[in-house]
Amino acid sequence: MLVEYLPILLFIAAAALFAGGSILLSSLAGPWRPFAEKLEPYECGMAPVGMARERFSVKFYLVAMLFIIFDIEIIFLFPWAVIFKELGWFGFFEMGGFVLVLVLGLAYVWRKGGLEWDEPERAAVDGESRTVPTEQRAGTGFR
Amino acid sequence: MMGFLLAAVFKIALVMGLVLLAVAYLTLLERKVIGDIQVRFGPSRVGPFGLLQPIADGIKLLFKEDIVPTNADRFIFIFAPAVSFIPALIVFAVIPFGPSFVITDINVGLLYVFAVGSLGVYGIVLAGWASNSKYSLLGGLRSAAQMVSYELSLGLSVLGVVMMTGSLSLVDIVEAQGGNWYGIFPKWNVIPQFLGFVIFMISSNAELNRAPFDLPEAETELVAGFHTEYSSMKFAMFFLAEYANMIAVSALATTLFLGGWQGPLLPPVVWFLLKVFGFIFLFIWVRATLPRFRYDQLMGFGWKVLLPLALANVMFTAAAILILA
Repeated sequence: MLVEYLPILLFIAAAALFAGGSILLSSLAGPWRPFAEKLEPYECGMAPVGMARERFSVKFYLVAMLFIIFDIEIIFLFPWAVIFKELGWFGFFEMGGFVLVLVLGLAYVWRKGGLEWDEPERAAVDGESRTVPTEQRAGTGFR
Repeated sequence: MMGFLLAAVFKIALVMGLVLLAVAYLTLLERKVIGDIQVRFGPSRVGPFGLLQPIADGIKLLFKEDIVPTNADRFIFIFAPAVSFIPALIVFAVIPFGPSFVITDINVGLLYVFAVGSLGVYGIVLAGWASNSKYSLLGGLRSAAQMVSYELSLGLSVLGVVMMTGSLSLVDIVEAQGGNWYGIFPKWNVIPQFLGFVIFMISSNAELNRAPFDLPEAETELVAGFHTEYSSMKFAMFFLAEYANMIAVSALATTLFLGGWQGPLLPPVVWFLLKVFGFIFLFIWVRATLPRFRYDQLMGFGWKVLLPLALANVMFTAAAILILA
């Protein structure tokens, strides 16, 4: 019953105590001589340019949304797997239909290019326009 | 009731001490093994064979200056290492080390492992965001996307084992793997679930952010990824978490696929530790051998290869169980 979860709570408390204790201990034991340059975020020795929390690729949101969809699928699969032997072929076909719908969804996302990280079509177009004519490139050499 | 709790406290102290000690010496083992593979010595100055190196490292980290960068989100910055460390440790609460040596046997053990294990990603994302450093943010984001993508295949790869056992309790899963087929082959899940095992090993390697999937901390482009700005014991927390996770994943692989503590002649705990050590060695070996993936290869591999394969494995296992029954 729920009593079985008590040791987990105890374990969490012990781990938190260790983590908090050692972080606190090191902040007491270590030196503390801050100055402005030392506290700057690391940027390979240059003065940091702007804030770090800027816009980032929208792809990360897409991955997060796809993850939610498929993670819920897996959550549904777990209880099904536990009693699978009792369900028999009925359970197999029921879940087969569910998985099929999600596989179709995956195929759709794949087809639409949602799984491509670097958008090959646009990259190819960009690459073409950026291509420098050969004679121009040869002129910049050491000759 | 009191006896149960006392026993639990004793086991927690033992497991925690053991894991932390193992983590400390795992850092030395990794450096030594990789040193050997690359035909050099590895640490050899502190104590005989460098055996005191982890202690020296620990003391050094404890006495380092604790820096919080300007404009960092102070509270989250201090909080994140603990968020990453605690889940890595409490996974061990449900892992059976021996026939009667498990801290607590809950009936949703495997689900608990996945629930707690995926909390670790919060520590990394929060650390990356709170640092106010571009490298940290990029490392944290990459790490989140990567761990989230491979978690799907990881969750699916163990479903075959759950179906064959009919239980989520890790104790039940180990006990179901006792005995032999035809008197010679041990009844380990790795034989009927070989594809699931391979998918599990690849995705757990990605979950651990270890080479060849170590893009979140790709030194050559991101300095150190999400923990660039961390120093002192907070930095050590991330390392402890990473290595504790590595032991946890090895223990989980042993439990699910290699029959846990089951084995002839030797005592069960020895069998368990031997198998775990085997997996840890494999992880180190893989790191020393394989070059890093490119990021689009990594995401493509997770979504286009591992996910369909893992889904196919689940449905194939289901059909096989019903046909053979």
